[in-house]
Amino acid sequence: MSGADRESSDPRDLALRVEALEALLREKGFLDSAQVDAIVRHYEEDVGPLNGAKVVARAWTDTAYRRRLLADGTAAIAELGFGGPQGEYMVVLENTPTVHNVVVCTLCSCYPWPVLGLPPAWYKSPAYRSRIVREPRAVLREMGLELPAEVEVRVWDSSSEVRYLVLPERPAGTEKLSEDELRRLVTRDAMIGVGKVRVGSEASGG
Amino acid sequence: MNGIHDMGGMHGFGRVEVEKGEPVFHARWEARVFGMSLLAGLRLGANIDERRHGLERLDPVTYLRDGYYGRWLVRLEQSLLERGVLRPGELAGRLAGHKAAATPLPKLPAPARPAEHPFLRTVDRSPVFRVGDRVQTRNHQPAGHTRLAGYTRTRRGVVARVYPACVFPDTNAHGQGEEPQPVYAVRFEGRELWGESAEPRSSVYFDCFESYLEPDAHA
Repeated sequence: MSGADRESSDPRDLALRVEALEALLREKGFLDSAQVDAIVRHYEEDVGPLNGAKVVARAWTDTAYRRRLLADGTAAIAELGFGGPQGEYMVVLENTPTVHNVVVCTLCSCYPWPVLGLPPAWYKSPAYRSRIVREPRAVLREMGLELPAEVEVRVWDSSSEVRYLVLPERPAGTEKLSEDELRRLVTRDAMIGVGKVRVGSEASGG
Repeated sequence: MNGIHDMGGMHGFGRVEVEKGEPVFHARWEARVFGMSLLAGLRLGANIDERRHGLERLDPVTYLRDGYYGRWLVRLEQSLLERGVLRPGELAGRLAGHKAAATPLPKLPAPARPAEHPFLRTVDRSPVFRVGDRVQTRNHQPAGHTRLAGYTRTRRGVVARVYPACVFPDTNAHGQGEEPQPVYAVRFEGRELWGESAEPRSSVYFDCFESYLEPDAHA
């Protein structure tokens, strides 16, 4: 296969090409644009890091749930109503004061869609995919997370259909917060393992 | 295959650039390609391994130049051509302003009977390895699809987790059957993977299908 017929990756050309392709497929009766709209809407509006944040906040406030989550991620996540493509076998990795977990897919860009939505551009970038396995501390530092030397760093490369979600540490000083307030602190980056949850910087949702 | 997609451990890609407030899709065409690809996967009956291999088969220049959804677009067009949904030149003709009617659809496969699970399978044998076993990855370098990354080949590690039997991508991507087998999360020390350039107290946990592994002969 080659991209030889596509000399330009000019965004205007791509937009025209995709529009023409969709029109052809519609005319052939191969697909219905309303179905495409529904899929796009689902991933733009219904699925995102908010789902994962609900899982994390529940685990922080409910010890029995946390135990179930670490023992069988798929089932515990399904209790909150989340599951489906790219989340059919979920494993939850617990960050502690001594062990920091971070997730990548070096071979493509596998990512737990039902709990985090679609991956951000940096997660799919050659820089992240190539470097995080080799120099995790350096990459995390660049992304704003300095790990103390005594902390062990474990990089999980999603090379099978298993999908990993990081359970970040609950920040100190949040003992009085409700599950709902905690949920708003949890960021996507903390659930991938490239950040920590901090008090005072609410999740941007991104 | 030893392709450009197998990026773990490569040098030269620079810093990880993080975009603040990033949208789910950066342009409408990306969203349309994403939606059309999911639908086409269902209509054409292509499995996930076959679809991943479709991306790996892109030439390296296209792979790096076109970006994530750009690659999905090339793969989408390619699979539609391979299944006869698109005729050669049909899309180019449309783009050149030809008003010819779309050619009719070929006969497409009937939707497959849904399996018990997308990839988990029941097998009537026990996993060969257990948690704590010392293992070594094989020097497995097929020209086709594999999920054993180059940086983990012929490396020694310890089984950290045992997962249920899953469909084997190396055969499933090529219509050679599902060959379900256990999967293991194997822990490889940084030093084993990267030699003296490894960062201290770092390791990689890599999911290995059972046929990628053999007992560590030196353990």
